[in-house]
Amino acid sequence: MAAAAAASHSNEEKRNLNLGGHVGFDSLPDQLVSKSVTQGFCFNILCVGETGIGKSTLMNTLFNTMFENEEASHYQNSVYLRPRTYDLQESNVHLKLTIVDTVGFGDQINKEDSYKPIVDYIDTQFENYLQEELKIKRSLFNYHDTRIHICLYFIAPTGHSLKSLDLVTMKKLDSKVNIIPIIAKADTISKSELHKFKIKIMSELVSNGVQIYQFPTDDEAVTEINASMNAHLPFAVVGSVDEVKVGNKTVRARQYPWGVVQVENESHCDFVKLREMLIRVNMEDLREQTHARHYELYRRCKLEEMGFKDTDPDCQPFSLQETYEAKRKEFLGDLQHKEEGMRQMFVSKVKETEAELKEKERELHDKFEQLKRLHQEEKRKVEEKRRDLEEEMNAHNRKKVAAETLALAQPLKKDKDRRKPLNTENQSGVSASNSKVMMAKASVEPLNCHSWWHAIQCCTCLVHNATWKPGGLF
Amino acid sequence: MTSSLRYKSRIPIKTDESIEEKQYVGFATLPNQVHRKSVKKGFDFTLMVAGESGMGKSTLVNSLFLTDLYKDRKLLNAEERINQTVEIIKHTVDIEEKGVKLKLTIVDTPGFGDAVNNNQCWKPITDYIDQQFEQYFRDESGLNRKNIQDNRVHCCLYFIPPFGHGLRPVDVEFMRALHEKVNVVPLIAKADCLTPNEIKKLKDRIREEIEKFGIKVYQFPECDSDEDEEFKQMDKELKECTPFAVIGSNTVVEARGQRVRGRLYPWGIVEVENQSHCDFVKLRNMLIRSHMHDLKDVTCDVHYENYRAQCIQEMTSKLAQDNRMESPIPILPLSTPDAETEKLIKMKDEELKRMQEMLNKMQQQMHEKDQ
Repeated sequence: MAAAAAASHSNEEKRNLNLGGHVGFDSLPDQLVSKSVTQGFCFNILCVGETGIGKSTLMNTLFNTMFENEEASHYQNSVYLRPRTYDLQESNVHLKLTIVDTVGFGDQINKEDSYKPIVDYIDTQFENYLQEELKIKRSLFNYHDTRIHICLYFIAPTGHSLKSLDLVTMKKLDSKVNIIPIIAKADTISKSELHKFKIKIMSELVSNGVQIYQFPTDDEAVTEINASMNAHLPFAVVGSVDEVKVGNKTVRARQYPWGVVQVENESHCDFVKLREMLIRVNMEDLREQTHARHYELYRRCKLEEMGFKDTDPDCQPFSLQETYEAKRKEFLGDLQHKEEGMRQMFVSKVKETEAELKEKERELHDKFEQLKRLHQEEKRKVEEKRRDLEEEMNAHNRKKVAAETLALAQPLKKDKDRRKPLNTENQSGVSASNSKVMMAKASVEPLNCHSWWHAIQCCTCLVHNATWKPGGLF
Repeated sequence: MTSSLRYKSRIPIKTDESIEEKQYVGFATLPNQVHRKSVKKGFDFTLMVAGESGMGKSTLVNSLFLTDLYKDRKLLNAEERINQTVEIIKHTVDIEEKGVKLKLTIVDTPGFGDAVNNNQCWKPITDYIDQQFEQYFRDESGLNRKNIQDNRVHCCLYFIPPFGHGLRPVDVEFMRALHEKVNVVPLIAKADCLTPNEIKKLKDRIREEIEKFGIKVYQFPECDSDEDEEFKQMDKELKECTPFAVIGSNTVVEARGQRVRGRLYPWGIVEVENQSHCDFVKLRNMLIRSHMHDLKDVTCDVHYENYRAQCIQEMTSKLAQDNRMESPIPILPLSTPDAETEKLIKMKDEELKRMQEMLNKMQQQMHEKDQ
């Protein structure tokens, strides 16, 4: 839409007018500047390099402060990123500086996945900004921009060429962030070796298609210095926060038995060049590049993924809102579909479980009935037994009573005495076992015999009311 | 007898010489004989250098032996090194000094630690060392032992990068894989990027970590108690200085009016042979001037013997089945992995049979008793 409107306007003639006096809009840049100064600036640096290569020391040296950090160990299982934010102030300019460290980079034995956490982190920062941009109620002027503006890649000073890990990582990062490669701990390389090393590195980067950040040469004020700096890449830096007395000055340097390496001496290392380029000249350009190039690329890819296009099949420009609405409807429709599906599944599952439970209930019922029947049968049997026992008891009692009355009437002690043991034996036999015995329920009647022997002979009186009962051999 | 001795002691000195001559047996000349024979035979020494590329291994070897071993080396680019495997390259030179000949073999390991995925990158190196041991073992057990070539690795110099805070996982794994096969001497490479304080801190750190991880680096032998004080002092200093922080250089520069080997920087000149600049001199003295033979002895007596014992054990356990009347040490180890298990099975079967028989007997006895 914007493109079409601009096209229609450009058909009119553009005229240059001469001003009659001093209007005053030449103060616009100053207004802009004062506004941005009050707002404050923010800058995010990502330092990628092996453990111990000097990332923290270089940051301390660059910004002339001691950012607190502990030494990292070599034994991390994987790479992780550690962002730290600091508020710095110089004259009246506030800077919100975020330094992101890669902890554990290059330490693992298998480094194939080392670049992934870094790429993920950069993408996340872009994503956050994109989300903020797409919000309905957004506050971009207040937003704390965490997108990485510059990635300083620390190359180990082997003197031969890049390491394989360096090449792989830089290739993955060059389309997402501005990369400036620097040679760390450069006080271990002599001048001639350094020259060869730099040439080798640059040729390797070029031959592998890695795009590092080029200092801009389109602004006349800085074009000269930037062009010359471009030729010095990668910068060979030495970092130090210790102060050493050289001559009658105290400078930041490293003291060796054979000499003193001064950090700010241009013939010793390229630290001054790095500081110039990074902070004093091109900081704003880095931020612009991040926003205009890397972020826009990310945004375009992301939105294309989501299905947004700039022109529909008829080559009419789409409006974002329409596409958005369509997408939303689609999305809601999808959701409803899913809901339906889920509900149906839920219902069918409930039915299944219900049926199962009913079955189980029935089974339980059957079992219950069965058990009840068994129980009743048992009860009946027990009742029968009880009745029999009671009858016996009653019979026995009756006989006892009868015997007692007889005893009072006739003293036939001998027979009673002899018969009683027989009876009690039988009684005990009844209660003990279940097998069949002959129960002799002898009714004690007056006998005409005067001895036991005679009584046995005439067995009819002994075995009077015999019944077969379950009992056991005894 | 004792009286004659006392008699001799009272005799004036000038006749002592003649009596000494008579009593002089002469085996005090043995060291000279050994010296002569060894000079005639010549010495050999195999040195392995290992470490990432760019650590200054070749430069150091050239500095140590004052020759140019690496002519026309082709270094790989970064993209070629992404998937590189470790190679083993041998350079052999014959050098001579004051009539003493030395056959020096340098085993180089290009590609170590250079790839992106360095899993098991030390395997080719351990395989090489084992191969040399195996070769020597076979030669030693053979029938014709006249011309045995000793290619066993006597010392391995491991170059630790000075850019980190201590040992890295790949360093630890490598040293642990090798410390029982070869004498490992760790070195801090490119020490001209560290100030004296930093060197001390790094050395302490590395010594700590070596102990923590149980890495058995080469230990200097204890001095005899009858050595002179100066030697003992030197020895003590040597031990406290490990791992050595070395700088190598083949270029000659002019420093303090002399021509010395060193590296020229805008801020000063690093002299390789200056003891206050680096430990190169100590390394050279240790490696070549005093402990070269001890390194060879430890390799022969400790590492090789361990390998040999292990090898024989493996072979005899596989051999137990066959009754081979041939030489006690066969040339080829038999590959009959089931022999042992078969034997065990047989044994168990017999045992079971015996138990069965016993049970049967007992049952019979019981039956007899019952009846």
